[in-house]
Amino acid sequence: MYGLKTDWDAEFHQPVCQLQDYCSAMPRWCPGCGDHSVLTAVQRLARDEQLPPEKTVVVSGIGCASRFPHYMKTYGFHGLHGRALPLACGIKSRRPDLKVFVVTGDGDCCAIGMGHWMHALRYNFDLTVLLLDNSIYGLTKGQTSPTTNRGAVSATHPQGSFFVPLNPISLALGVSNISFVAQTVDWNPLHVDATIRAAHEHQGTSFVRIFQRCPHYTKEVFAQPQRDPSQILFMTHPQGITIDDKAMRIFTNRVEHDPSDLHEAREIAENQDRFPIGLFYRNSSAHIYDIDTRVGLGMSPADKLTALEAALDRFSV
Amino acid sequence: MKFENSKPIGNDVDASKVVVDAASASESTAAPPKTVKVTEHIIEIVSDSGEGAQTCGQLFSTVSARMRNGLWTVEIIPAEIEPPARSQAGASGNRIRIGTDPVTNAGDQADLVVAFNEQVLHGRIDVDALRPGTLIFLESCWSEDAQEDVRRAYADAVDRFQQLGFEVCETPMQRECLKLTEDPRRGKNMWALGLLCALYQRDMQIVREEITKRFAKKGDKVLTLNLDLVEAGYRWGLENTKLRFEIPVGPPREAQAVMNGNQAVGLGIMAAGMEMCAMYPITPATSASHYLAADFCKVGGFVHQAEDEIAAIGFSLGASYAGKTAVTITSGPGLALKTEFIGLAVMAEIPLVIVVVQRGGPATGLPTKIEQGDLLASLFAAPGDAPKIVIAPADVEECFHFMITARKLAEQFRGPVIVLSDANLATGQQVFPRPHPREEWLASAPEQSPWQTEVPPYDWEPQTGISARPIPGQKGGEYVVTGLAHDRQSHVAYESAINQQAMQMRSRKLAVLQKSLRPPQVHGAPEGDLLVVGWGSTFGSIQEAVDRVRKSGGKVSSLHLRFLSPLEPGIEDIFQRFNKVMTIEINYSDDLGAPFIDRESRRYSQLAQILRSRTLVDVDCWSRVPGSPLRPGQIESVILQRLGL
Repeated sequence: MYGLKTDWDAEFHQPVCQLQDYCSAMPRWCPGCGDHSVLTAVQRLARDEQLPPEKTVVVSGIGCASRFPHYMKTYGFHGLHGRALPLACGIKSRRPDLKVFVVTGDGDCCAIGMGHWMHALRYNFDLTVLLLDNSIYGLTKGQTSPTTNRGAVSATHPQGSFFVPLNPISLALGVSNISFVAQTVDWNPLHVDATIRAAHEHQGTSFVRIFQRCPHYTKEVFAQPQRDPSQILFMTHPQGITIDDKAMRIFTNRVEHDPSDLHEAREIAENQDRFPIGLFYRNSSAHIYDIDTRVGLGMSPADKLTALEAALDRFSV
Repeated sequence: MKFENSKPIGNDVDASKVVVDAASASESTAAPPKTVKVTEHIIEIVSDSGEGAQTCGQLFSTVSARMRNGLWTVEIIPAEIEPPARSQAGASGNRIRIGTDPVTNAGDQADLVVAFNEQVLHGRIDVDALRPGTLIFLESCWSEDAQEDVRRAYADAVDRFQQLGFEVCETPMQRECLKLTEDPRRGKNMWALGLLCALYQRDMQIVREEITKRFAKKGDKVLTLNLDLVEAGYRWGLENTKLRFEIPVGPPREAQAVMNGNQAVGLGIMAAGMEMCAMYPITPATSASHYLAADFCKVGGFVHQAEDEIAAIGFSLGASYAGKTAVTITSGPGLALKTEFIGLAVMAEIPLVIVVVQRGGPATGLPTKIEQGDLLASLFAAPGDAPKIVIAPADVEECFHFMITARKLAEQFRGPVIVLSDANLATGQQVFPRPHPREEWLASAPEQSPWQTEVPPYDWEPQTGISARPIPGQKGGEYVVTGLAHDRQSHVAYESAINQQAMQMRSRKLAVLQKSLRPPQVHGAPEGDLLVVGWGSTFGSIQEAVDRVRKSGGKVSSLHLRFLSPLEPGIEDIFQRFNKVMTIEINYSDDLGAPFIDRESRRYSQLAQILRSRTLVDVDCWSRVPGSPLRPGQIESVILQRLGL
C-alpha cells in the first residue's frame, strides 16, 4: 500500500522495499519444483503491497512446501506436521496488525492436518492460506497423499493407490462460514499472481489450492492440462479473478461463474472432467473470528487491576 | 484455647436423644439442647446426582468460611451426569471439613452425614468414609414408598447402619419440603442446608446473603422458595434436634478468599496478565476454563475452545509467539496429545504455560477422580530430550500464585512451564488470605521496539543459555522459528557441534533455575528415622499424619516438593540425615512381597523414581490409586508400619 491514496493523500513505507528485501536464503527445492513460482508470487505481492517485513508472518507445517518461511525475509514459523493453522490462528488472535500467510501441502493440510483445516476455515481468521498440492508426499520420498490419483504408483502403494482422491475444493466449499475459495496452477504466473492478490485482499480466511508440479515424483500428473490448456475450465466473472485478455486467450474452455453463487461453485468443483481455475466463492460478510478474539486488547494495567479486585471480591469472605 | 479432638463426640450421642418425634416437639423445648465444642468436624452431604447436594455443600462451606472456620472440601462426583436414581455408585455431594484452625486436607472418616437416600450411603460406607458413631441424618420418605422393594431396601439399610454402629436419625425431609414446594427433589438440598445450619449454629444472616448471591439471577420466585426452604430446615432442626456443635474461631484476621483450585487457576491466569487461553473440554480441567470464559473478558482476556487438544496448544503457542505468554489447560489424555507441541515450545524456546489437572489414567481411566500419574509424562513425554520446568501447587492458594510464577518462569527461561494440579485441588474449596493483585504480576505489553539486527534470535548467553526473543513487529528481528535443529540465527543446522551446543544451552537453563531456588523446608525435626516426601495435593494429609506420629513419639518428618523439574536444591543433604526416605504418592507402584515383586522387578512410584536417580539414595515408596485423596489416617498407619511401631 504505497503511493497515492484515493483521497490524494500519500503514504510511503520507509524505506521502500525491493523484491530482494523479501528474499532470504536460496531455496533448496528441486529445480523445476512448483514451489519456486509460488514463492516468487508471494514475494512480488509483498513488494507490490509494501508489506512491512516485521509485520508479516509466514506460517507452515512440515513438508517440501513448508520450507517456504525459510526463504522469506519476514517473520516465519516453521511448525509441526499438520499444525500450521492452529499456530497461525493463535498468532492472528491477538495481533490484528500482522499479515499472516499459511503455506501448507496436500499431506500437511488434507491428511494429518485435516481437522485443523476444516475448523480454521470455519473460524475465518484473516489469513491467506496457500495449499501447494502436488498430490504426493515429497519430503518423505514419494508416498500416496490424499489427493493422489487412484491407481497412481507410489512408495506405499506400488500396485497403485486404492483410493479415489480427496477433493479439497469441495470440502472447503462444504464448510459453514467459508469465505474465500480459489484454485490456480503453478505454471501460469499471471494467474497465480492474480489469485494470491485476490486472496490477500480478502478479509477472512482465503483458501487457495495451487496445482503444483513435483518434478521428481509426479512429473506427469499435471502434464496434460499444462500442455493442453483446453483441459482447464477457466472461471470468468467481473467479481472473480481476472487476468488480461491476451493471457486469457489460451484458456478456450471458460465458464461465467458468479463467485457469490455457492451452489454453482460446488457444482463446478464436483466436475472431474476439467481442472477448474479461478475464484469459486467469496463471501466478504462471513463472520471474522478476529473481532472476538482481540477483545480487550491493550487494556491498561490500572483497569485490569480494578477488574481483578472486583473478580476477587466475589470470592472474598 | 485448645479443645479435644472431635473423634469421640459421636460415640456418646444417642440418636434417640438427637432427634425427637415431631409430635412430641414440645418436650424438646423443655430440655435445652446439648452443645458440644469441637475443634473440627467432617460433614458429608450426599444425594443422587441432580438433587443439589453439591450446591448445599458449597453454600455451607462458604458460610463457614465467612464465619472464620478453617475449611477444606472435596466433591463427591459420580462419573455420569445423571446416573440412575438410588444407585450406590451415583453418590453426588460434598465432604466438608471445618475447623478452628486452617484445614489442610479432607481428613479421615466423617462425623456427620446428611443423606437423601440410603443407597448412596452404602456407597460411602464401602469406601470407608464413615466410622462407628457417625451421625447420619437420613431421608425417611423411603419407608413409605409406594414400591415394596424400596421400602424393604430402606428398612434393611437402616438395620445395617445401626449394626455398623452409626447413629441413624431418620429425617422427614420430603414431608417437610412438601409443605413449601411440589417438587421436593429440587428443594431438599436447601432444607438440608437449613438443618446443618441449626446443628452447627450458623449465622442465618450470612446464610441468607449467600443464597441471595447464588440464586438472585434465577428470579425472585426461585430465590424466595430457596430462602423459605432453608428457613424451614433451620426451624425444624432447632425444634427437633437436641444437639448443637460449636466450632470456636479465632479473632478477625486479614481478608480471606474461598474458592476451589480450578477457580484459583483461572484467577491466577488473570492476575498474571495472560490474555489467551486455548483449551479443549476435558474433565476435571474444564471448570477452570468455565470460570475464565465468564470473567476473562473483564481483564481483556479470551478463551478459545479449540477443535482438539493439539489445536488448543498450537493456538496458545501461536499467541505466545506473537505476543503475551498464553496458557492452555488440560488433563492427562490431553497432555499426551500435546506432547509434540510441548517439544516444539522447548526447541523453539517460546514461553507457554500448560496447566495439567491430573485424573486417573491410563487411557480414559478415572475421569472425575484424582491421581498423581502424570509426573513422569510431564517431565519426559516429548520426542528426544526436551527439558522444561514442571511445578506442582500443594493447595488452592498455590494454584493461584503459581500461575503468576509460571508465566514469569516461562518468559525468563523462554520455554514451556507445566503446572501440575489434580482433581482433588480442582474441585476442593479452601480458605486462604485474599490475594491483592499487583501491577508487577501482570505481563507487560509485547516488545515492539526495533531489534538490534546484529543480535541473533537465539543469542544464548554461553554460561546460562538464556536469551531474549524477537517478537513479530520488532523491525530488524525477522527470523524463522523452526522445530528443526538450528543455530543461534535459527538457521536449520544439521552439524553435530551445533546440535550438541543447542541441546546444552536449552538444558543449562534448568540448572540455572535450580541454582536460584531455595532448599525445601523439612516439616518436623531435621533428622530422624523416616522422611516422607510428597508433592501436590497430598501436602496436608502427609503433614497431619506426620504430626500425629510425632505426637506419639515417632521420629518422622516430611518434605514437600513444589519444583519437580528442576528439583529443588539440597535434597540429597536432607536425605542423608534420615535413616529411611520414602515417598507417598497417588500413583501406581508395586508392593514388595507381592507375587514376582522383588527389588529387581519392583516398579516404583513416580517421584520415587526421580529421587532415586537424582540422589542415588535407596528411596522407598508407598503409593495407592484409590481415585480419592489419601487420608491422614491411612498415611499414619503406613508411617507407623515403616517405623516398626
